[in-house]
Amino acid sequence: MLTIARAHLEAMAAHARADHPDEACGVIAGPVGSDRPERFIPMVNAARSPTFYEFDSADLLRLYREMDDHDEEPVVIYHSHTATEAYPSRTDISYASEPAAHYVLVSTRECGNDEGPVEIRSYRIVDGAVTEEPIIVAETGEALAAVGP
Amino acid sequence: MAVEVRIPTILRPYTDGAKVVQGDGATIGDLLVDLDTRHPGLRERLVDEAGLRRFINVYLNDEDVRFLDGLGTALADGDSITILPAVAGG
Repeated sequence: MLTIARAHLEAMAAHARADHPDEACGVIAGPVGSDRPERFIPMVNAARSPTFYEFDSADLLRLYREMDDHDEEPVVIYHSHTATEAYPSRTDISYASEPAAHYVLVSTRECGNDEGPVEIRSYRIVDGAVTEEPIIVAETGEALAAVGP
Repeated sequence: MAVEVRIPTILRPYTDGAKVVQGDGATIGDLLVDLDTRHPGLRERLVDEAGLRRFINVYLNDEDVRFLDGLGTALADGDSITILPAVAGG
């Protein structure tokens, strides 16, 4: 289960809409072992592609050094699919290298660059096995509200 | 050349959980052979017949060795090597 602030869900959706039709990608870092996504870090898709994403290699090193300095880890690793559903592709599964992370997929196939429905789903990807998990939206000052699946 | 190597989470099963290990070698390629003697299986995760695997990044200090001489990149005493799997997908 992924527990996440509504503002972070909206930030991922906004990033995905803005970069459509290319895939958008990024990380939400949190304290090591906390499972709490706290710091939203949009990344550049060095592939600038509608079917592929890759963090730039220099950005990747900076990101991991910075997380290390802050005792953080990537709690959420997100990217968008711009023509298909928010489900990990074969490439997503083969390159997934953070077994402790929540892999969040955002699909902009319906909304494109505009407002409109954005599909957001979360998965664990461990040793090639994909497990979908519920997303619990933490509203500030309100009770937790569960959304799909 | 004695260097320090930072190991990513996913490869720490090969280093008994260690985040940083010590290694030795004249080049990155030699270093990976040296590491494999104490951490068997690690090298196989990083290189194939063609060289460094496409989705593994190895940095010498701040430089991706792909932009240097790849596995042939020369090492100096005290260098810091960082291994990071690419964050990528489709």
